[in-house]
Amino acid sequence: MSTLLIAEQVLNGLQLGVTLFLMAAGLTLVFGVMGLINLAHGSLYMIGAFCCAFVSVETGSFLLGLVAGMAGAAIAGAVLEVVVMQRLYARDHLDQVLATFALILIASEGTRWVFGDVPLFLDVPQAFAGTVELVGGLTYSKYRLLIIFVGLVVALGLYWLIARTRLGMRIRAGESDREMIAALGVNIRLVYTIVFALGAALAGLAGSMVGALSSVQVGMGEPVLILAFVVIVIGGIGSIKGALIGAVLVGLVDTLGRVFLPSFFQLFMNSSDATTIGSSLASMAIYVVMAIVLAVRPQGLFPATGTSSA
Amino acid sequence: MKKTVLAATTALSVAMFSLAAATTAQAELKVGMITTLSGGGAGLGVDVRDGFQLALKMAGDQQIELLIEDDARKPENAVKIADKFISSDKVDVLTGIIWSNLAMAVVPKAVRGGTFYISPNAGPSALAGKGCHENYFNAAWQNDNLHEAMGNYANEAGYTKSFILAPNYPAGKDALTGYKRFYKGESAGEIYTKLGQTDYAAEIAQIKNSGADSVFFFLPGGMGISFMKQYAQSGIDIPVLGPAFSFDQGILAAVGDAALGVKNSSQWSKDLTNPANKAFVEAFVEEYDRLPSLYASQGFDTANLILSAAAKADISDKAAFREALRAADFESVRGDFKFGPNQHPIQNIYVREVIKENGVLTNKIVSIGLENHGDAYAVDCKM
Repeated sequence: MSTLLIAEQVLNGLQLGVTLFLMAAGLTLVFGVMGLINLAHGSLYMIGAFCCAFVSVETGSFLLGLVAGMAGAAIAGAVLEVVVMQRLYARDHLDQVLATFALILIASEGTRWVFGDVPLFLDVPQAFAGTVELVGGLTYSKYRLLIIFVGLVVALGLYWLIARTRLGMRIRAGESDREMIAALGVNIRLVYTIVFALGAALAGLAGSMVGALSSVQVGMGEPVLILAFVVIVIGGIGSIKGALIGAVLVGLVDTLGRVFLPSFFQLFMNSSDATTIGSSLASMAIYVVMAIVLAVRPQGLFPATGTSSA
Repeated sequence: MKKTVLAATTALSVAMFSLAAATTAQAELKVGMITTLSGGGAGLGVDVRDGFQLALKMAGDQQIELLIEDDARKPENAVKIADKFISSDKVDVLTGIIWSNLAMAVVPKAVRGGTFYISPNAGPSALAGKGCHENYFNAAWQNDNLHEAMGNYANEAGYTKSFILAPNYPAGKDALTGYKRFYKGESAGEIYTKLGQTDYAAEIAQIKNSGADSVFFFLPGGMGISFMKQYAQSGIDIPVLGPAFSFDQGILAAVGDAALGVKNSSQWSKDLTNPANKAFVEAFVEEYDRLPSLYASQGFDTANLILSAAAKADISDKAAFREALRAADFESVRGDFKFGPNQHPIQNIYVREVIKENGVLTNKIVSIGLENHGDAYAVDCKM
């Protein structure tokens, strides 16, 4: 196994990680600030991807598609928040799970009505097609590098937003004590809607960017949603920093596990058995990591401060 | 007000439903179709259903009553629907299942209980060999078949170092087993991926480093779209091979030009020149305004097989009906078709190439991969 291959796989893990971060950031904010479990977050990812694919094909511009993907998901998110979610904040988590699960079914069938069963075509923009040579003969997909870059920029931007701006201050305040900030005269409803739309826009961004690599189809959001939940549980619910580190950890463990576990078993058993056992263990790897983290630190790696209720 | 409207609509729909039931009450044969119409992979079930219904419509048949339910690709749903079809709807024939794991959950119990099952898609090896049953017919293929043809093609094309990958589920294992049964070269690597995986960066990096001269993959539905797009982006120029499932009409548009020139194997292609196929393709485009896929052709053939048996024998005489099914006395859109001793097809498997025709990506036949091909499990079947 060459160093080049290992380096490439680390990049792959990092790319998966930042994509998961885009999903997990919204999920963890919504849970941390509003105390809401939103299973429909994967549907927003799907809606973003469909908007992006549709606009890209119509206008021929991937950039416009990306904007449409984020905007579409943000609008869908804001509408959902006002129409449905606001009624759920005071209810217990089981009600929230049921209601947002219903939203998944509605979003999936609705998308099928509008776009049909056949997956949509969305391709990587021409400027980022193909590979680029990095240091030491390592070639890597330009588009995947772009995803890593965008993900890191978003992480920095979110950090700045939450730590340095007035809105961020209100979000943090809302996280610590909802009643108090409302009593101080802040329109907490509006803050909630903005947070929800922001999370939705990030999910839409992730869906659009990943959609160009994989297939834009109904139900594409749910597998990512499960991974995103693993990420926020590992990272600590409500913490953006935890989401970033958890996402990169999950991305690396999943990718490297898939590659190296089968080769590891080949050291002492025959190739066919090693492949089967290795791939089965690899698909469990991130859940094993989650279990270990929960056993050692039940609140996650970086629990958000002041969320005693979470 | 709302409540009255609701009540009125309910009453209306109940009335319409009983009307529909009344008009079909004289049907002589009840067929229950369990297929995937929602969630991932719905396109396959929709094509099977559309092909099946088209055959009934073209035959102008009033004898068959068709019940359709969606399994959403979940084995537990499929089992529930099958129980309902058998015990409360009293269907005579079951069909429609797309996925091998769902077929394994439903078929053995249903056929033991005396219901016929005719598979329009899945053909797991477990039901072709020791687990075969007189009431189980497969009108599509045994799972290994298309992959075997590709293994054979790899030898002919002079490939000696293949990298192979498939999802980790029964049909995925059948696929790689089938390919290796005919492929004579050495292995450059073998990977089982997660079912439903969408990112193949790690696998593609391994392929790049393996020194392979060809890549064989079986990744049906969205998985294949993701893989092909990412493969094209990766800058690797090792030729890829696969069964028709990865280059089917339903997904070619989403894969885009990355698929051009790829060789794939299929028991059917829309450019087969037999009259039954010409009529089928024309009628399908006319009815649904899209090109048929191989799944649609399988649904169409399944319906015609059932129609041919119903014309010869009454369902009340199960032995006679079974014999009529075995005879397979219908014009298959794939040309010559007959059943082997395990009631799985003996048929030609073709090698096709992805081409662009009037701006639309589609397949054309370039050669015959395996002629009058049965399956490797028939010898284990004691009926």
